Amino acid sequence: MAETTPVEPSDAPKMERWGTRLGVILAVMGSAVGLGNFLRFPGKAAQYEGGAFMVPYFVALLVLGIPLAWAEWAMGRFGGCKGYNSTPGIYRTLWRKNPLAPYCGVLGLLVPVVIYMYYVFIEGWCLAYAWYMLTGQLTLGKDAAEYGKFFDNFIGSGSNGLLVAQHGTLAPAVIFLLICFVLNFALIFRGISKGIEKFCLIAMPMLVVCAIIVLIRVLTLGTPDPSRPDLNVLNGLGYLWNAHTTNKTFLESLANGQMWLEATGQIFFSLSVGFGVIITYSSYLRRDDDIALSSLTSCAGNEFCEVALGGMITVPAAFVFLGAAGIAGKGTFGLGFVTLPMVFEMMPLGRFVGFLFFFLLFLAAVTSSLSMLQPAIALLEEGLGIGRKASVALLGFITLIGSLFVVYFSKGLIALDTMDFWVGTVGIFILAFFQVILFGWVMGLRTGVEEINRGGTIRVPYFVGLVLKFVAPLYLGGVLVTFLYQSFTAKEGNYFLTLRDSRDAQLTVAFIVIVAILFLLLIGQSVKRWQKRELMAEESP
Amino acid sequence: MNAGGWTILVLSVGFVTFLFAWCIYKVLTAPAPGEKLHAQPGVDTHDRDD
Repeated sequence: MAETTPVEPSDAPKMERWGTRLGVILAVMGSAVGLGNFLRFPGKAAQYEGGAFMVPYFVALLVLGIPLAWAEWAMGRFGGCKGYNSTPGIYRTLWRKNPLAPYCGVLGLLVPVVIYMYYVFIEGWCLAYAWYMLTGQLTLGKDAAEYGKFFDNFIGSGSNGLLVAQHGTLAPAVIFLLICFVLNFALIFRGISKGIEKFCLIAMPMLVVCAIIVLIRVLTLGTPDPSRPDLNVLNGLGYLWNAHTTNKTFLESLANGQMWLEATGQIFFSLSVGFGVIITYSSYLRRDDDIALSSLTSCAGNEFCEVALGGMITVPAAFVFLGAAGIAGKGTFGLGFVTLPMVFEMMPLGRFVGFLFFFLLFLAAVTSSLSMLQPAIALLEEGLGIGRKASVALLGFITLIGSLFVVYFSKGLIALDTMDFWVGTVGIFILAFFQVILFGWVMGLRTGVEEINRGGTIRVPYFVGLVLKFVAPLYLGGVLVTFLYQSFTAKEGNYFLTLRDSRDAQLTVAFIVIVAILFLLLIGQSVKRWQKRELMAEESP
Repeated sequence: MNAGGWTILVLSVGFVTFLFAWCIYKVLTAPAPGEKLHAQPGVDTHDRDD
């Protein structure tokens, strides 16, 4: 059971709050909806015979995803009521007995900030491709190799420094990166209610409308090439949703352990649990604001975008024009930035539909990247007592260095991939595992469930607490250990071997460590400040 | 697209669409926190303080 007697900061600036309930729901939903919903999910579902994939997918959603989101919302609002918005402050409030608790919050800062460094680069690709679609600069014919070459040149994957050595001119990828960078920081500077909330209230409905228009176009494609009647929309949907496309039965397909791991990972990353974002966002709620229904709504919204929209657009569209061979083995970037531009080029009204598709990816990316900045802003403001202008400038400087690092080490996207594996995957698993232990075993079952239900429009049953205390840590721990073992023994794409052999990967990990140390120093300063303030409050009559 | 595929598609898409629509309906129709009515024992009128 948590000791909950921290002194609320008396000299702290007036706390920011969300303006509307729908605003916070759409902001959390926006944080969760990203490229993974429209590119990664359909790719994974098709890879594992879609139909069968949905069984572990929904099991993971109900057992792990939704309960973990409730836990994170509850811990965030709990900490926010005590006057803290950053993960170090919130962990310190929840685990008073442990002096190291705030330092565990370093992951809650490192994960979103480092992910932001490369995510904003990808965000720039989406904006660029939307622009290129609109202006016809992606009219490259019907040869996939041309689109691959265009993409490789655009991101400078040939060798390091390609994007910065352009004889005095900025490479297009860098220009679009800077546009996204400025947009993100302009919105974050306006604050929670006037910046993030207002943007998400406009961007999320716009994203759904764009996706529905693209979906209608895809579902009405019929059989574009009469000489290939097998390449039609229904077969495209079947490629994704049929339960057994091979000789295996449905039950045999379900016995695939790797599929369970991938489905759990997809749910986990898609809902943005363990990012350190939800806990910060929910800390701006009032004491009796609903979180039970709000959390469920943002999870449901994310799932709607992923299953009902993402699952019906990407793969069927690609199948209709390219067949199964054009989709199989394509990664997220390959499908999104090589295959799909060619598909849009072959599609009637394709240029406009392609623009809408990349624009919706851009909107999804902005609402996600915005959320990644807030945790660090919260620490800088409440821990160091600096104003919004200074905290935005400081974080802008740190993340700009990181993004330029990713831009420079572009050969084979080594810096981006290394950050994504060590922070964007391993770091998230560890942070989520820590948070579920914090909720179930430190905050306590009864306190935790009561916290979820306080002010709730719906009532979360007590057994959800039991799931969070006993099932979720085992489930999550098992997935983490299996994932690390598989990554360690993998013959291809082994990041442990890459780290041993590649100087660029070593530099990237060194950069991550430096950022982590910087955050640890900031947490140390913040703890001193909080202790001093509490001491003064106790001494005053 | 076979019968199994249709079944899984309808169940999956139907479930997430229904859940999202139900949640949005509940959010839009639920009273705001300030509008919640307090039960009689929860109201302290201070009329016995004297």
